[in-house]
Amino acid sequence: MDLFNAIIQVLDSTIRLSVPLLLACLAGLYSERAGIFDIGLEGKMLVGAFAGAASASVFHSAYIGLGMAILISVAFALVHGFASITHRGNQIVSGVAINFIAAGSTIMLGQAWFQQGGRTPALASDERFGAIVWPGADALRGVPILGPIYSELVSGHSVLVYVAFLAVPFTWWVLFRTRFGLRMRAVGENPAAVDTAGISVAWLRYRALICTGVLTGIAGAYLSMVQNGGFVKDMTAGKGYIALAALIFAKWKPVNAMFACLLFGFLDALSIRLQGTPLPLIGKVPVQLMQALPYILTVILLAGFIGKAIPPRAGGVPYVKER
Amino acid sequence: MAQAAIELIGINKSFGAVRANRDINLEIARGTIHGIVGENGAGKSTLMSILYGFYQADSGEIRVGGKPASIKSPNDAIALGIGMVHQHFMLVDNFTVLENVILGAESDALLKKSIAKARSELERLEREYGLEVDPDAIIEELPVGLQQRVEILKALYRGAEILILDEPTGVLTPAEADHLFRILRQLKEQGKTIVLITHKLREIMAITDTVSVMRQGTMVATRQTTKTTVGELAELMVGRRVLLRVEKGEAEAGGVKLAVKNLTVKDSRGVTMVDDVSFDVRAGEIVGIAGVAGNGQSEMLEAISGIRRAVSGSVMLDGRPIDLTGAADPGELRDRGLAHVPEDRHHVGLVLAFEENENSILGYHDDPRYLKGPFLDIDAIRDDARDKISKYDIRPADCRLKTANFSGGNQQKIVLAREMEQDPGVLIVGQPTRGVDVGAIEFIHKRLIAMRDQGKAVLVVSVELDEIRSLSDRILVMFAGRIVGERGPEASEGELGLLMAGVEHREAAE
Repeated sequence: MDLFNAIIQVLDSTIRLSVPLLLACLAGLYSERAGIFDIGLEGKMLVGAFAGAASASVFHSAYIGLGMAILISVAFALVHGFASITHRGNQIVSGVAINFIAAGSTIMLGQAWFQQGGRTPALASDERFGAIVWPGADALRGVPILGPIYSELVSGHSVLVYVAFLAVPFTWWVLFRTRFGLRMRAVGENPAAVDTAGISVAWLRYRALICTGVLTGIAGAYLSMVQNGGFVKDMTAGKGYIALAALIFAKWKPVNAMFACLLFGFLDALSIRLQGTPLPLIGKVPVQLMQALPYILTVILLAGFIGKAIPPRAGGVPYVKER
Repeated sequence: MAQAAIELIGINKSFGAVRANRDINLEIARGTIHGIVGENGAGKSTLMSILYGFYQADSGEIRVGGKPASIKSPNDAIALGIGMVHQHFMLVDNFTVLENVILGAESDALLKKSIAKARSELERLEREYGLEVDPDAIIEELPVGLQQRVEILKALYRGAEILILDEPTGVLTPAEADHLFRILRQLKEQGKTIVLITHKLREIMAITDTVSVMRQGTMVATRQTTKTTVGELAELMVGRRVLLRVEKGEAEAGGVKLAVKNLTVKDSRGVTMVDDVSFDVRAGEIVGIAGVAGNGQSEMLEAISGIRRAVSGSVMLDGRPIDLTGAADPGELRDRGLAHVPEDRHHVGLVLAFEENENSILGYHDDPRYLKGPFLDIDAIRDDARDKISKYDIRPADCRLKTANFSGGNQQKIVLAREMEQDPGVLIVGQPTRGVDVGAIEFIHKRLIAMRDQGKAVLVVSVELDEIRSLSDRILVMFAGRIVGERGPEASEGELGLLMAGVEHREAAE
């Protein structure tokens, strides 16, 4: 039973840890499917996290926080669009620049406004997104096996967790069942075909980037308003890059993206759980190695285990009308 | 005379200092097939792009069906019933036929209805015009002929009454091209107007009712097709008399320079592309390899020139073997007198970002002629480049210009000049005139024959049957990786066409 509880706990934290990855991964999916590489997921999450925590603490409302997180993150996405769509700049350079601006400006503004060393004030519980307890979760807790699964894994998460997982089928539906999705996939493969069909390539790509901004905003809000009770500098800690890795691993498909993010989340959860615990046969493993585990596995998975991942063909290339 | 479907009046268009279209007047009658011919850069595509709303004319008027039209985007053109089949297909390769057809013409925010509608509409078009294609097939899995059909379907699905086709046969086999022409005639019978842009005069003669000739941005003539000749059109295009078939004397074949024996090559997926091929090329002869693109010619060329690994077989250059492991040193082969003009000059033959003079010595840059001690002798290189420019009539005659700014034909001349001027014993040329103008074709053919007459061994691979027939002293036909026949230059087009289609082969198998 101890083992069962341990498994439930690891899975529970797997879900919590995969949420920001999943949101960022889906965010990247929108922009990359539209042919815009977005290495700035990390930065957009970070400004989202900061804007969310800062405005939640100022306005004492989690929802205003979420709104501001999305707003600022979308604004950054539009900057990326302005550089790489309108001015056909290098998308990698623009994305890296966004990451730097995000890292620097959040600390600077945080210090200027709150004087807590770049942190935002700790959020009160009504300024955060609390856990939603599903009907009967407490009553069913005692039921063997299914009880803990229902009350721990399904119930008891914040609304953003459910949003993240619902975003998966929703994204699939948008991509494969709507006109917008069809055009977006087309513009990532062959923008010239979209252009000659009489559709604006730029406007389409901007809309995709807005979707990206919304999702990275939610991801940031989750980090600073759910997982943590406030903003801490560099709190994204590379999750934007892991999300990009997951996106490649998922071959740019939404359902795959969910499983990829769950896997990365699981590795993360496992490494936390196993810290300091002696492993059978190996013995005690240094904390650092456990922390590095998800990254090592990322490299291994990406290097050989996913077969050929074919990115959207027009990815990374600014669209220039040919003469 | 039928009513005009399209009238262009006084169209002008400049790109910077280049005047792509000057004072163009053109009237296209409804229900006819109207050809527009001209060399590359004559302004044909620009004119059609203006008509399709890709560009706006600087001045001038467009009338569609007698009414003045303002075409600011492809959307406007589509709304006016103008459809375009682009030279490079505007298809999303990993989409299905249906998805490509509805892209941009979806009736609803959700796809379900649009797809259902398109499916029944495609069935109707298939019945009416014989445009058969599986609506659920993925584009990249279709042969180019069918991909082009999807482009035509796209235009018809949008209600096109006027169909513009830009160089439609460039990628087609002779049989596919014939099929296309049948479809076009049928469309014409149904009252559609067709504008055919091409530089292949034979096609113009075969299918059009009227033909307009463009040269250097101006419309120089419009003729009834029945009242003109290929010779007249060629002259109008180039502005001088052109030899369509290069005159050449009998070949005086000498000893074997290049001997290919039992060569077998596989592609990266492990599919056998060249299957046990053997032939010789002698000094003083041109051997032409005919075949529909994709039948192993490219792989064979690459293997012979040491770029691609061969599975088995041997290639002897002057009696000494060429390393076929794929690790051959191209520099060493060059020193041994093997020059190679690759098929894909953009990717393999040139560095487009380099200046012309840099490309004109690429690969020969360690020749002492171009060196001053350990450094490049810039003056010598530029003098040499200027020399080649004047000898090969490369335009613009500016050796400091970036190579990307030369037209396709002139880029080809840059590569040819580089390889031919090194005086190789064996010259291997892939698609010598792909994308090259009539005038330049004549020139390139003359140079190749001059090489032959100097006693060089020349191997030419081309998908243009005319070219193979006019150049070669011996013609080898490749089909499915094998050489399925050898013919003399007098072989008829029909006979070679059948060989290229593998007909004899298939019959033998049955």
